[in-house]
Amino acid sequence: MRELADTLRYFAGQLHWPSVRNASLLTALLVLAIVVGSRNLQNFDAALVGYTYACVAAAFAVFYRYSVWLTKPPTKKFWRRGWQLCFQPALWKNLRSPRILGEAVTRKLVVQDFVWRRSPARWLGHMLIAAGCLLAFAITFPLVFGWIHFEMGAVEPDHTYIVSVFGFHVHELPLAGFFSWLVFHGLVVASFMVIPGVMIVMYRRMMEEGATAVQRFSRDFLPLILLFVVSFSGLLLWVSYEYLEGYFFTALAQFHAWSVIALLLYLPFGKLFHIFQRPASLGVSYYKAANADKDPARCPVTGEAFAPKMQTDDLKEVLGELDFDYSAPDGKGPAWNEVSPRGKRILIARAHSIARKHKFD
Amino acid sequence: MSAPVKEFFIDFQRCIGCNACVAGCSECHTHRGKPMVSVDKVDPAHSAQTAPMVCMHCKEPTCALSCPADAIKMDENGIVHSSLKPRCIACRNCEIACPFGVPKISEEIQQMQKCDMCFDRTSAGKKPMCTTVCPTGALFYGTMEEMKRLRPHSKPINKWRFGKQVIETKLWVMVPHDVDEVVVDWPELLNGASGPIDLAVKLKEYFEKHGVPDPEIREPLPESMPEARPDETEEAEFL
Ligand code: SF4
Ligand code: SF4
Repeated sequence: MRELADTLRYFAGQLHWPSVRNASLLTALLVLAIVVGSRNLQNFDAALVGYTYACVAAAFAVFYRYSVWLTKPPTKKFWRRGWQLCFQPALWKNLRSPRILGEAVTRKLVVQDFVWRRSPARWLGHMLIAAGCLLAFAITFPLVFGWIHFEMGAVEPDHTYIVSVFGFHVHELPLAGFFSWLVFHGLVVASFMVIPGVMIVMYRRMMEEGATAVQRFSRDFLPLILLFVVSFSGLLLWVSYEYLEGYFFTALAQFHAWSVIALLLYLPFGKLFHIFQRPASLGVSYYKAANADKDPARCPVTGEAFAPKMQTDDLKEVLGELDFDYSAPDGKGPAWNEVSPRGKRILIARAHSIARKHKFD
Repeated sequence: MSAPVKEFFIDFQRCIGCNACVAGCSECHTHRGKPMVSVDKVDPAHSAQTAPMVCMHCKEPTCALSCPADAIKMDENGIVHSSLKPRCIACRNCEIACPFGVPKISEEIQQMQKCDMCFDRTSAGKKPMCTTVCPTGALFYGTMEEMKRLRPHSKPINKWRFGKQVIETKLWVMVPHDVDEVVVDWPELLNGASGPIDLAVKLKEYFEKHGVPDPEIREPLPESMPEARPDETEEAEFL
């Protein structure tokens, strides 16, 4: 009993309580949205309740981790600066801010040309996985939250389905036809994207020397295996009900559900968390754009411009919050982080000469 | 019996500026064509002195702590790794914060890469690439005992002082026996031109006149580069 209490106390001590509060609030909002969006659970599909619980748990963990992440001094600084620059009046002349945002979103989040430059094969694999996952999420979440649901519509002359979103009838869909095929097979399409994507990335991971040198099983292979298991079991489900009259369906459905739940619960902890983290790169674009025509920080040793002045200033503050003291030895003049990387290396070599009293043995 | 622990030692005084380490490092597939080790001319106007710099693998890495994306991780062996590709947003914080001027940012691929002590090699008992090609032993990988035997006039230390900040590193630097920490000072920068004519001022003038030299290899090596890794078994012991 005492041990249990101690363990619990230990875990409580490990938690970052302000983030628990933030995550709880946001999760409560999500639950509220589920209840309201499904019209008091009227449109809620009870068969999917396992997924819903997993989604809510994963959402809590994602909110928690994101919130903890934002408390780190460099992250906090970037976050605040990003928003501040985004809304800075100077950047709204000629609508520059939205244009910067548009370009950054397109290049960094949608097209991801930097991944292409890492390797075209990697880009293709990543694109397939990313697009497939987004499609699958876009279908799964509204369904398991009861935000979208389908009802039987007309029987004569053709069978139709009524699509209701948040309980409002928005569309009547003829059962036959390409569009409804697409709607009902969206997840199949998604697995046909994710599976080849996983294959390409796996192949790279096994064959490419740069990748094999640095990868780790839990970090790099586990998410791929999870994605594969989810997509493949989903695909088998479709084969079972569409072509094999439901052969093995119940067991497959359970297996698929557990794999999805595992993936959802992995989302906040492993590599896939970058989906939520990555938009921070937009802040970098703002940093650059906002400082492009300002005086940069110049290295006092080499004279080269090496960073935006705003960044060396911000960093100085951040380093202070991290309990580093890189200020000048007598408190006046540039801090160490205001010397360029090359300037630092030169002064280090010089410090070494001094330590050797300029005499090399 | 477990294998003896090997350490990485830098002996600045031995560097002859041959750039073999730079070339050796560039061959690695993880950053093909881009060296992670720097060799700088210390005072090109007045001397031929050069100095190599690899990641010192700080025990409390400033780079990792100043990374907003949590992209830099230290492993169980104390090796501080290149940024994780999915996380790094190429913000340059680490590059500006690292006290040793180590991380390299590639805007092209939106990633910071840095020396990771060839952990793929060292974890398999091999030496880091640069130490296999350094002809003078300025970059050396071996046991503490070996080093003591080879360089009796120097001793390895791993403590640095930047102004008030003390940094301890995994890597060792060779200094005379009466030195316990390398003190990196930059007081002369405060005096500017009115102070004693010293390195920083001279350098500044030099750079202003001649432009900043760029020792980095910018041209990527051809894709079909032949394998030129030295055979570990045939490797000479540099004394
Ligand atoms: S030397 Fe620089 S890059 Fe290496 S661990 Fe220390 S702070 Fe990081
Ligand atoms: S450049 Fe990448 S690794 Fe370096 S601080 Fe920024 S996000 Fe972190």
